[in-house]
Amino acid sequence: MQVYNAPLRDMRFVLHELFADDQFDAGNSAAFAEFTPDLYDAVLEEAARMSQEVLLPLNASGDLEGCTLENGVVRTPSGFREAYRLFREGGWAALASDPQWGGQGLPETVNKLVEEMTCSTNLSFGLYPGLTHGATTALESHGSEDLKQAYMPKMVSGEWAGTMCLTESHCGTDLGLLRTRADPQEDGSYRITGSKIFISAGDHDLTDNVIHLVLARLADAPKGVKGISLFLVPKFLPNDDGSVGPRNGVQVSGIEHKMGLKASATCQMSFDDAKGWIVGEPNKGLSAMFTMMNTERVSVGIQGLGVNEIAYQSAVAYARERLQGRALTGPKRPDLPADPIIVHPDVRRMLMTMRVYAEGCRAVGQWASRALDTQKHGETPELRARATDFVALMTPVVKALFTDLASEAANICVQTYGGHGYIREHGVEQFVRDARITQIYEGTNGVQALDLVGRKLAANMGRNMRPFFHAVSNLCEDMAGEGDKALAAQTAALQQAFGALQLTTATVARRAMKDGNEAGAAATDYLRMLGLVAMGYTFLKAARIATAKVAEDDGEVDFYRAKLITASFFFDRILPQATAGFLAIKSGAGSTMALAEDAF
Amino acid sequence: MKLLVPVKRVLDYNVKPRVKADGSGVDLSNVKMSMNPFDEIAVEEAIRLREKSGGGEIVVVSIGEAKAQETLRTALAMGADRAILVVAEQKVEPLGVAKLLQAIVAEESPDLVILGKQAIDDDMGQTGQMLAGLLGWGQGTFASKVEVADGKVAVTREVDGGLETVSLTLPAIVTTDLRLNEPRYASLPNIMKAKAKPLANKTPADYGVDVAPRLETLKVVEPGKRQAGVVVANVDELVMKLQAMGIAK
Repeated sequence: MQVYNAPLRDMRFVLHELFADDQFDAGNSAAFAEFTPDLYDAVLEEAARMSQEVLLPLNASGDLEGCTLENGVVRTPSGFREAYRLFREGGWAALASDPQWGGQGLPETVNKLVEEMTCSTNLSFGLYPGLTHGATTALESHGSEDLKQAYMPKMVSGEWAGTMCLTESHCGTDLGLLRTRADPQEDGSYRITGSKIFISAGDHDLTDNVIHLVLARLADAPKGVKGISLFLVPKFLPNDDGSVGPRNGVQVSGIEHKMGLKASATCQMSFDDAKGWIVGEPNKGLSAMFTMMNTERVSVGIQGLGVNEIAYQSAVAYARERLQGRALTGPKRPDLPADPIIVHPDVRRMLMTMRVYAEGCRAVGQWASRALDTQKHGETPELRARATDFVALMTPVVKALFTDLASEAANICVQTYGGHGYIREHGVEQFVRDARITQIYEGTNGVQALDLVGRKLAANMGRNMRPFFHAVSNLCEDMAGEGDKALAAQTAALQQAFGALQLTTATVARRAMKDGNEAGAAATDYLRMLGLVAMGYTFLKAARIATAKVAEDDGEVDFYRAKLITASFFFDRILPQATAGFLAIKSGAGSTMALAEDAF
Repeated sequence: MKLLVPVKRVLDYNVKPRVKADGSGVDLSNVKMSMNPFDEIAVEEAIRLREKSGGGEIVVVSIGEAKAQETLRTALAMGADRAILVVAEQKVEPLGVAKLLQAIVAEESPDLVILGKQAIDDDMGQTGQMLAGLLGWGQGTFASKVEVADGKVAVTREVDGGLETVSLTLPAIVTTDLRLNEPRYASLPNIMKAKAKPLANKTPADYGVDVAPRLETLKVVEPGKRQAGVVVANVDELVMKLQAMGIAK
């Protein structure tokens, strides 16, 4: 069964405690001066209620029913309209948006925790407001004042939804190939013609209007990615008073039948002389779209975290009640016909693995969210620049690491249930199907790894790496200096993995200068290594805080003891994978590339 | 129209209570607490009555530990206008609560006091009735429908065997049953506004009320485990078994 209670205590831990001394401290800036920790707690509490009571009950039913296309109109599953109305009227769609457009202006640190809850309880649902949020980000950064005035308030409030239309049937990752055409009109608008596929939330019945951000090519545009422009194309053209006017030339030509995420409508869209307006400058569309993509990539990582958490909780619930066999050390529950399977070490291994993935990703995600806030609201230009570097580095890591671990966790959850996980009745195979797409969309995880190794490491002589490397080495030095015996082994483990990462970074950089394939073959392992070290950093910080709290005995000892044990499991059983990555990368690209193509 | 709504901070209804090892009470350390669900219904009803009457004020009151402030903020986020917190660290029994509310009513002069019919922690179910007695006001308890018109309130009550409607002259006391309404979710803007709404901190001494307990709790134990049942073949066998247990003659 799908079991979820929002992990509010751990959320408060990462939000208030874990990074209290972090360099990215925009939480204290003027932008958030009027907000207090107890306000954030109240927001998280109510978001938890909404997620658990409104979204979770629609997760399995939405999966079963799916979306339908009737007479050119997409219908979402039963209950989604009402849930969206509650979500929008509650102001949740506008949580982190700029108050200038009617948003609540809360920090990303809080927003990402709320997103996690939404994605745990109903990933399909979360896509609708998520894409709108991404679209408003691009529009806010690159749109003309007129466009912003006309669209931002309604999109921020969630009254109108947004999409991003990139992919065409022949071009996904390589957008330079795209063919959709834009012809300038005398009134300054454009006519857009072409077909797009895989458009999430391309059409639906949740809002009165859908605003598409479409990549297209002007007639005189240069070939490749330097000839792409971004256009805003509404489903209905707005009247001067802001109401919904005549239908534009945008049609849904079909919806995709997918492995999972069935309550999210994935549409084929056809634009036929549709009226649109340019967003940003001609031929600069890709960079405008990447404003949106980068926001979305972090959010996709959070989607993974969300699924990871519900998979963990659902597995724990089953492991507690499923009675099979006896503990290896003798019966634990002689009063019952068999022991609950949670007594078995291999079941514990599965539960602990999911648990450290969820807690580790939550902490790393929070760290990245702090940088997202600080790149906007940090006090000095230097701090903002440092935060921007860190966001650039961590975006592919959050996206790929969190979603790879989520898929793994979803599969482990099914494994915990055994055959009862494989059948549909308990609803946990849905996690596997839903999580699967997060490794693919918004740039496959392979592309994320290439982005990390090919762009982020090399850019500005490795400047992006500095905030991360400094933080890890400072913590290791501090801990070694403190002479804390209890955490000495964990500090040493992190130091070792960090040393291996530094060495690998230098090796990859050196080899890549001579042979691009070396970077490509190392990329995925390298991203995982960096992710493991980032998680190790947060677990060591957490363990340090928890040790002090346990000594204080402040009444929440159970929480901090559990945190210490969870951290130990990470250092004992998960972090050693960094060494495997080190060895694998060290071997080079040779055996990966050696086999002749026709020998496959 | 002015409405007064007392709210209590209780163990969340989703939490399985655990009895303290020494049997002195329920263990409340580090467990989720929230607003008594019947009180949530009372707050919701007050908001609806204010919406219908086109204006007025909703004052929420909580009596208990300082953390009850969170419960009051929840009520303010739902839509109440201001809050009074009477801090009493020891347990206050229904009579003490009713006397404090009587004093607050004297200060606030509400047209209607809406209470939950009982709190889900101790299930006393007495406060509303005691308050009505102390004030000498009419009471409509276990309400499933509340309509205010022309200085009167019509309260449809869930009684054994059906529904009973009573008409009370305002000011009056109403206690809520489960089916009266479905409480709203607090909206994000309202959660944020709630921070700025006034919340007055008081003590029982401010109202000159003695809240010392009149009752002594001897022991708190978990409910006994249910024994497995038996299936009987027919009515005769059932009667025989009941006779053997001394339940039927």
